[in-house]
Amino acid sequence: MSGNQNHCTNILVVGIGGQGVMTATEILAEAAIALGHDAKKTEVAGMAQRGGVVSSHLRFGQRVLSPQITPGTADVLLGFESAEAMRWQHMLKPGGITLMNTAKLVPPVVELGLFDYPEDPLAEIRKSGNKVVAFDATWIALDLGDIRLGNTVMLGAIADHLPFGAETLLDCVLKRFQRKGEKLVELNRRAFEAGRAAVGQAEAALA
Amino acid sequence: MAAVMPVPAASRVLLSGNEAVARAVWEAGVKVAAAYPGTPSTEMLEVISSYPDLYAEWSVNEKVSLEVAIGAAYAGSRAFCCMKHVGMNVASDALMTLTLTGVIGGLVIAIADDVGLSSSQNEQDSRYWGRFAHVPVLEPADSQEAYAMTLDAYALSEQFQVPVILRMTTRINHVKSLVTVGERSVHVGAGFKKEPGRFVMVPGNAGKRIPLMFKRDGELRAVAETSELNFIEEGADKRVGFIASGPAYMHVKESFPNAPVLKLGFSWPVPFGKCRELAAMVDQVVIVEEVEPLVETELKAQGLNVVGKEILPLQGELSPNVLKPVIARLLGEPIPERIAPAPLQIFPRPPTMCVACPHLGVYYTLSQVRNLNISGDIGCYTLGAGHPWNALDTCISMGASMGVAHGMDKGRGEADKDKRIVAVIGDSTFLHMGMQGLLDMVYNKGNVTVLLLDNRAVGMTGGQNNPGNGYGIHGEEAPRVDFARLVSALGVKDERIHTVNPYELPVLFKTIRDEVKVPDVSVIITDQPCVLVKDYHKLKPFEVIDDKCTGCGNCIDVGCPAIHVTRRGKEVKASGREVDLAFVRIETSVCTGCGLCVQPCAPKAIVHHVPTSPIQLVTTGGCAA
Repeated sequence: MSGNQNHCTNILVVGIGGQGVMTATEILAEAAIALGHDAKKTEVAGMAQRGGVVSSHLRFGQRVLSPQITPGTADVLLGFESAEAMRWQHMLKPGGITLMNTAKLVPPVVELGLFDYPEDPLAEIRKSGNKVVAFDATWIALDLGDIRLGNTVMLGAIADHLPFGAETLLDCVLKRFQRKGEKLVELNRRAFEAGRAAVGQAEAALA
Repeated sequence: MAAVMPVPAASRVLLSGNEAVARAVWEAGVKVAAAYPGTPSTEMLEVISSYPDLYAEWSVNEKVSLEVAIGAAYAGSRAFCCMKHVGMNVASDALMTLTLTGVIGGLVIAIADDVGLSSSQNEQDSRYWGRFAHVPVLEPADSQEAYAMTLDAYALSEQFQVPVILRMTTRINHVKSLVTVGERSVHVGAGFKKEPGRFVMVPGNAGKRIPLMFKRDGELRAVAETSELNFIEEGADKRVGFIASGPAYMHVKESFPNAPVLKLGFSWPVPFGKCRELAAMVDQVVIVEEVEPLVETELKAQGLNVVGKEILPLQGELSPNVLKPVIARLLGEPIPERIAPAPLQIFPRPPTMCVACPHLGVYYTLSQVRNLNISGDIGCYTLGAGHPWNALDTCISMGASMGVAHGMDKGRGEADKDKRIVAVIGDSTFLHMGMQGLLDMVYNKGNVTVLLLDNRAVGMTGGQNNPGNGYGIHGEEAPRVDFARLVSALGVKDERIHTVNPYELPVLFKTIRDEVKVPDVSVIITDQPCVLVKDYHKLKPFEVIDDKCTGCGNCIDVGCPAIHVTRRGKEVKASGREVDLAFVRIETSVCTGCGLCVQPCAPKAIVHHVPTSPIQLVTTGGCAA
């Protein structure tokens, strides 16, 4: 007598406490709401402020009931860090896509020699058969002059993998910076477009 | 928080359950709101404090916060109090008698149960308090309901002059969903009317109030039977009907869209009639409740043939991936095929202390002193139990480090003969419930070295102000407690009180090593602020001279997340023993120059960083994407 989650779009945004995962998911939720969708956003964050694992769930559609994405049903996985993108692969539906930053953040338990950081998370994900697009969001942000643009680069990266146009998401991103001046708005617009382009190019290379 | 302009009525906004309750508290015309921070409840009072026209305070603990709310409600004003589940244990002494006096102005107690233990020492079901204290319990299932039920709770509270529990869980407090907000209504209390037979709970008076409490139970049950918060949704598939409340209701609707469901919003007293009505409609009834089988037990006692925890877990959330296979098995259907593959194997990433956290110095030092039993407490410093320090041996409840340490001393077993007993507690936890334990230890001639980590913040919950840091809830100046004088007043000898800088490792080491040898109560106060509060000032970052690094790994033992291994190796000592080497670098973009790692570095390979170009400062990564 099982139902299904087919009527909702499920976006999973993952990373580490302090990376801005929750803010990025909230902006995605705002875009969905702006288009008239019902939306719910939830975290499995724990004490994530202290560098722990963060996975933020966004579900939107005509009506969202359970806020959690069931394992095996995520449409898109947006990974802010390589190993974290790998950690949550089981959440993707068959045919789902991973968009991941190639940056690696190594935790103290690995530095202490208690665990190994995977040699090549991207290869591990590919090996599991899931579709994945990788890009260096950190480098893109630095190239634009500020590492803090990384979040906007990540949102640009997912822009063409949503059931709505990139413009709505871009508007929601830029709205956040309006009060901070035109220069920052422009910089974020460029970061967004750079993220979008990076994914577009990587996909073209895969095709 | 500073006051903000509330969004206009009829707006549809994305709010967490905590933000939704805060909005409703403001709209209800609440005059006094009080709380002690605790995940996942903290944001309720934080947001309330940003609204105009009301008084909000961080109280020193949950019991005091409830008592403040009780006083306001006795005066006829509307009052609000919120806490995490374990906070209610602390406040329960007040609640159990409050139920006899009742209230004049409406009083709502929002309790946030950390179902799934995202940041707690246990998992509790606060719906028990409704039964124990004979007060009604409302259970929202999303932010809109959290908002609406808070308003309903005030009406109910005043109608029956009873405090009302709003039972939330992490999956309500922290989930953001759409809420349509309304207008604020002004509520003016009549003022306190002396009525000793009601408000002075001595045996003679209390005894007369008890029958009134039981009478109220019956009246509330009748209201629950007809309340719109309890409703049946019909469904075509009548093989199983569900009774569910809170987030579990959403999970049931998600998983079984065609099944009849009784949604309990007003879940205590249980509306037995409504439950029977559902039972009559379906082949069998399954109760889906997080966490304990409360409704289930009561329905079974009523003779209803229902199923619950025989098939569902007694722990954690009952999300669709838990429910679907259980119900399939119950119906003899094939278990839904696992569409999700097994997770890929990967290292764990437990929470860490921040770069340059003053606690790093404390735990590094404790890890270097032998023969300690270390009684811990609740806060960021509980992380001292983890790697690389492994320097915290117990954690049970707020303030418990004091009593537990004292008991470990008095109850020494054979193996503890030569052990020194240390207690570690943070400033806010000490003021919450630790002071009494210290007083007990001093009065009873204990032998414990207390480390009082004063970082001027309730760090773990986001750096809230408290009596230890000299700021009030709005960031305004407030009286600041003097810890050295406080512990002196409790009876700790002045020569046993030391205030040290936790970044000065040799001093800290010597102070701890000396004090643990003294058979008396000592208090060592560390006095440097949390790196996340405004009182913290960054210094010039450090870097490692690669040629000088010998790979000894001493700096890694400090546990700072800014230190990264660049390469590993092995070395055979003259004794023939093989040791592992780990050569390091410091992430200069996040290093704040605290200097902790510099001190154990024998070859003096760690020096102040000299940026060669602005870009180099940041290319090595950092925390941002």
